[in-house]
Amino acid sequence: MIWLTWRQFRTQAVVVAAGLSAFAILLLVTGPHLVTLYRDSALASCHSSCGTQADDFLTTVNSVAPYHLVYLLGALLIILLPAVIGLFWGAPLIARELESGTFRLAWNQSVTRERWLAVKLGVVGLASMAAAGLLSLILGWWASPIDQAATIQPVGGFENRFFPVVFGTRGIAPIGYAAFAFVLGVLVGLMIRRTIPAMGVTLAVIAAVQIVFPLWIRPHLITPVRNVSTVTVGNIQGLGVNPGNQQIQNVMVAAPGVPGTWIISNQVTTASGSTSLGTVPQACQGPLASGPQACFSALAQKNLKSVVTYEPPDRYWTFQWLELGIFLTVAVLLAWGCFWWVRRRLS
Amino acid sequence: MTALHTSGLGKRYRRRWALSDCTLQIPEGRVAGLVGPNGAGKTTLLQLAVGLLAPTTGAITVLGGEPAGGPDQLAKVGFVAQDTPVYAGLSVADHLRLGAHLNPGWDDSYAQHRIDRLRFDPAQRAGKLSGGQRAQLALTLAIAKRPRLLILDEPVASLDPLARREFLQDLMEAVADQEISVILSSHLVADLERVCDYLVVLAASRVQIAGDVDALLASHHRLIGARRDEASLPGDQQVIHARHTDRQSTLIVHSRHPILDPAWTVEQLSLEDLVLAYMSQAADAAPGRRPVLEVQR
Amino acid sequence: MIEFHLDSRSGVAPYLQLIHQVRHALRLDLLRQGDQLPTVKDVAAGLAINPNTVLKAYRELEYQGLVAARPGRGTFVTGTLSGSSLAAYAPLRRDLRRWLDRARGAGLEEESIEALFLSTFRSASEEDIA
Repeated sequence: MIWLTWRQFRTQAVVVAAGLSAFAILLLVTGPHLVTLYRDSALASCHSSCGTQADDFLTTVNSVAPYHLVYLLGALLIILLPAVIGLFWGAPLIARELESGTFRLAWNQSVTRERWLAVKLGVVGLASMAAAGLLSLILGWWASPIDQAATIQPVGGFENRFFPVVFGTRGIAPIGYAAFAFVLGVLVGLMIRRTIPAMGVTLAVIAAVQIVFPLWIRPHLITPVRNVSTVTVGNIQGLGVNPGNQQIQNVMVAAPGVPGTWIISNQVTTASGSTSLGTVPQACQGPLASGPQACFSALAQKNLKSVVTYEPPDRYWTFQWLELGIFLTVAVLLAWGCFWWVRRRLS
Repeated sequence: MTALHTSGLGKRYRRRWALSDCTLQIPEGRVAGLVGPNGAGKTTLLQLAVGLLAPTTGAITVLGGEPAGGPDQLAKVGFVAQDTPVYAGLSVADHLRLGAHLNPGWDDSYAQHRIDRLRFDPAQRAGKLSGGQRAQLALTLAIAKRPRLLILDEPVASLDPLARREFLQDLMEAVADQEISVILSSHLVADLERVCDYLVVLAASRVQIAGDVDALLASHHRLIGARRDEASLPGDQQVIHARHTDRQSTLIVHSRHPILDPAWTVEQLSLEDLVLAYMSQAADAAPGRRPVLEVQR
Repeated sequence: MIEFHLDSRSGVAPYLQLIHQVRHALRLDLLRQGDQLPTVKDVAAGLAINPNTVLKAYRELEYQGLVAARPGRGTFVTGTLSGSSLAAYAPLRRDLRRWLDRARGAGLEEESIEALFLSTFRSASEEDIA
């Protein structure tokens, strides 16, 4: 059964492996130079308060030809990998057999349906997790200088690793996504029985999950820390005005400066908690000839509060394990669904 | 042992009963033909027998076991589905390897020998084979796993006459060699006449008649004589089909005893005549009125 | 070795056709004592007929004393039919000539005579065997 699974899976495996290998070669070629850049930069020898050094390093990285592109490409690849796995490894796994009628051949050999499904799920599922794990590993290795710098000072499109979009491209979470996407594809294919529609539905569900989960579920996995502080002249960074009615739209305030924090929300409210901040002070209207100082002092006098909810950086790995656990659990549940469907519903 | 035993078996898809009230006992060691018009329930019955479908009502056992009830049961029964599915992307040799890996009872030398005799190129993709070749490949896979029972769903329906003859020849050779029982379905009686010694007629989703071919042919006759009402016949002679002109009646009757009435010319029936008589009876009758007849030796 | 063929349109059961062909071959001395008949497998495969049909024919021939099955080796011819030539049946031949004359005298044409003879002959054989 393992031979048959591999034989049927061969082409799809080779295509994905080739793509990932090509990218891995790209990383291997450019990686050492990035490391050298890092070692030669001021950031490597800096031990505290390295904001400017980090900024400089990242700006340099941005200016050297392929690095930003490779960074983006890597992020894109690992974000798309679950969808690719779900669509091309998962959805056709059973749907193609049902569509072409070959299941009538396969299910009349001397292996039970359950064993047939179990081996297919197991072999290709493990391959999916391995592919995602390897990609995450090598991408993490390549990007570690950038990640370290961006943790200190996010600049130029590079964010710290806890940041929602980056979080899913590093560490062990992608393994969970790949497993989930694969089994989802298999189950959808099993239920819809046609490969192309199954691919469409799988893609839609994966995309929805990849958007919804970081936005609405991940922040609530562990209750974030809530920090209320006063808005002072020192931490005001800017002011947004609604020109129509001269109301303050928002006030930009610097967030607490621990590197690697995941800022979930950063709001400015009045002392009583309301988000309507009132009219723009006189000192902020019109062109500010002598600089923003007077405006900021006027704002500070309004006794506004800065409410920041965040997850501290020491929770990063907890979140990674949580996410892996959740997605693996869902994958296992979906797999159980596959078995149930094969056993009963295909009658 | 019975090859196939069903009792009150029925299968419903949404509103329609594809098969209803099917009670059969096909003994082992036979080549049983399942004949009936398209849509009569032949494929449904065969798929129930291999566990691809689950019954709605009634019970079915195959070789004493539950269809697809486990690896042993699966090994005992070989199946070739209608339009013989094969993996288009896999080569002929790959299909044999598939059989070898998935069947503990696989007879590889037999399979290789057959492929050679059929002059297949082992490296050729199965998708490029002709219909007859695909049927032969599927038959090879089914027989090489050394089953006790072969179930074939319309195996020769879409084959040209030569391919059809070769398929049946190979099937008969395997039956002679390995003492396999066979249940095969067809909507053409001519295919079955040479090959089957047990017959089941399925029409309108019901079994119309079932039994050994010899017994069936011995107990059914064509009566030709002067115009007569069917009800005037003795009770043990059951009229299956009747045709009347103003002067003459031609009846097809089932009778356990010889018909001695000198008013009738008694003729033998061919298997095709018998099947046609039951199929027209089913077409005429209201559903649910005709009981199942079983003729046993 | 004898080779069988089947006439699916003749209305005669296949196993009877096989028996007739063996007897015919014996009569014409195409099959002799000690010759082996084709194996059940070869006949079934060659003609695409049920092996039980062949077995039935061979068993009937064995019952008629013409062949014997040797387990593991095959079925061999043991009896003979060509001993008595047709000439020995002169009285039967005479009766048959008289019947033919009567049939022609009754106004039957050649085809009708043949049809009458064959249908009577067939139904009589079938009644005997069945």
